[in-house]
Amino acid sequence: MSPKSKKEKSKSAPVFSAELAARFDALVEKYPVKRSALIPMLLYAQDEAGYLSDAVVAEVARRIGITELEVRDVASYYSMLRFKPAGRYNIQVCTNISCMLRGAYEVSERFQEELGIGPQGVTPDGLFSLEEVECIGACCWAPAVQVNYDFHDEIRPDHVLGILSGYRGKIRPAEKDPAKEPAKGTPPHA
Amino acid sequence: MPRLVSHPDEVKIVSRRFGMGATSIDRYLELGGYEPVKKCLAQGPEWIIEEIKASGLRGRGGAGFSTGMKWSFVPKQSAKPKYILVNGDESEPGTCKDHLIFLHDPHAVIEGTIIAGLAVGAKMGFIYLRGEYRYLLEIMERAVADAYERGFLGSKIFGSEAEFQIVTQTGAGAYEVGEESALMESLEGKRGIPRIKPPFPAVVGLYGGPTVINNAETIATVPHIIAMGAAAYAALGTPRNGGTRLFCISGHVERPGVYELPLGYNLKKMIYEVAGGIPDGHKLKAVVPGGSSTPVLLPEEIDIGMDFDQVGKAGSMLGSGGVVVIDDHTCMVEFALRIISFYAHESCGWCIPCREGTDWLKKSLTRFHAGFGSLSDIDNIQYLAENMLGRTFCPLGDAAAMPTIAFVKKFRKEFEDHLNGKPCPYAREGVPQLTVV
Repeated sequence: MSPKSKKEKSKSAPVFSAELAARFDALVEKYPVKRSALIPMLLYAQDEAGYLSDAVVAEVARRIGITELEVRDVASYYSMLRFKPAGRYNIQVCTNISCMLRGAYEVSERFQEELGIGPQGVTPDGLFSLEEVECIGACCWAPAVQVNYDFHDEIRPDHVLGILSGYRGKIRPAEKDPAKEPAKGTPPHA
Repeated sequence: MPRLVSHPDEVKIVSRRFGMGATSIDRYLELGGYEPVKKCLAQGPEWIIEEIKASGLRGRGGAGFSTGMKWSFVPKQSAKPKYILVNGDESEPGTCKDHLIFLHDPHAVIEGTIIAGLAVGAKMGFIYLRGEYRYLLEIMERAVADAYERGFLGSKIFGSEAEFQIVTQTGAGAYEVGEESALMESLEGKRGIPRIKPPFPAVVGLYGGPTVINNAETIATVPHIIAMGAAAYAALGTPRNGGTRLFCISGHVERPGVYELPLGYNLKKMIYEVAGGIPDGHKLKAVVPGGSSTPVLLPEEIDIGMDFDQVGKAGSMLGSGGVVVIDDHTCMVEFALRIISFYAHESCGWCIPCREGTDWLKKSLTRFHAGFGSLSDIDNIQYLAENMLGRTFCPLGDAAAMPTIAFVKKFRKEFEDHLNGKPCPYAREGVPQLTVV
């Protein structure tokens, strides 16, 4: 990056909100080594920005004091961290053994039908994305689904519509007009 | 909120405070909380370690190593700070017990961590939760803040001269991080790849200092042992297998749930009486006794006591306590494929037998399940898995290979039923078979 582009960047809006920056400052104080804050910070930054954009990676690298390459090296290892946007509500259907035995794939298929997307897709309006994920630690309450960080236990295919309408109901009325639908990449936890 | 279950045969020790509002520090104190740690402060480190050794407590994460022994390996004198690391990365398929501990009894985890710290002379503890457990992390963070406010954590805990700090940490999605050395790497802000042992964490661990790493259930059990006495706790289980543990019964049972039962409890009884047997009039086909990495047992092999030694003798492992019950309408090739797909996804890629082995097994089993296998593939799958065993830095390679070998050996006929382009005899209705283009 040329010095000029760096200068331009510093004039634009800060990458971290004031709240996230404060969280980071409090977090690094806790550890004997600053770098221990890296993984939590990547996750918290992703919660705010929707994904690990180039700007987020650069900001985290700068704050921890390591290179962007090191940040990407670590981030690419962890399955919850992503480099491209997901839907505002990221639906994660556990399909591992305990959930599979109790019908998780049927649940995933119903989500696919209702949303018109594949098992790793994003809806065109950016509202929902779908993932088939590995065990999420809810085996005795299978099949389990996680939407962002919310757990939904003992889900049958006929619960799918209810879950979707519950999240649709959380959207502010002004956003319901498809013409005003937020662009792709809008933070999923806004 | 996950459903709590109950059965008359349960002996509630770790789960004693579940559903009783113990996330509130006042309620926890009312229920006898933080008395054990005061006792430990008075008695001193040697007494604590002897008490935990005498209780017969063995690690609840999977390996089943004696907790008291593990603590005793930490050198008394150390130039570098010592640490306690609580493993709440709970990711073994079939296991969801730590989920309930964090949800219902976060202070037991804090109290157990402080006691471990007093025992080995550590002044700092980390409680690491998997990234998916965000709502549980928030519960833990609240509990830690409350404990600081009361002076139970900090520079002079409970008015003594002892210092103890706790930091909670979130992961970001990685099964491998449940392995103790990979967990330390992750906490240091790196990719979760395992370290070469020796040196063992008790000597060189987190930030290079001596480190005790215990599963969250193990740590949450410690205050109860101090409260009830080691002998009383040990007497609940079988010889060399002290106490109770949380068994997560899932899959094809009438009443799945987390049940706390004494070690040595009969597996058959666990399935048919505690969990209510197999639904829909189906019959039992197989049981995975301790999480996805433990070799499968046949119906005729389940009349055994569920402790580390008896399950070992039956050719499997007690593991993490995840009992997955499989009925006779399930395709075991598909089940084996699902397990190996998981390990292929989770292999950290550092050592070749695991990285390549899991991927080859996944490809072979995918092809096989789709009806494009050949007879020689069956032996090849077994051969490949056997050659992964013991050839990796961490146990993930074994965790993938052991169940695969058991599936091939015990369900060979089902593999043969998929030969010569025959469709899967157990294919779920409406699910298209894979086709090779």
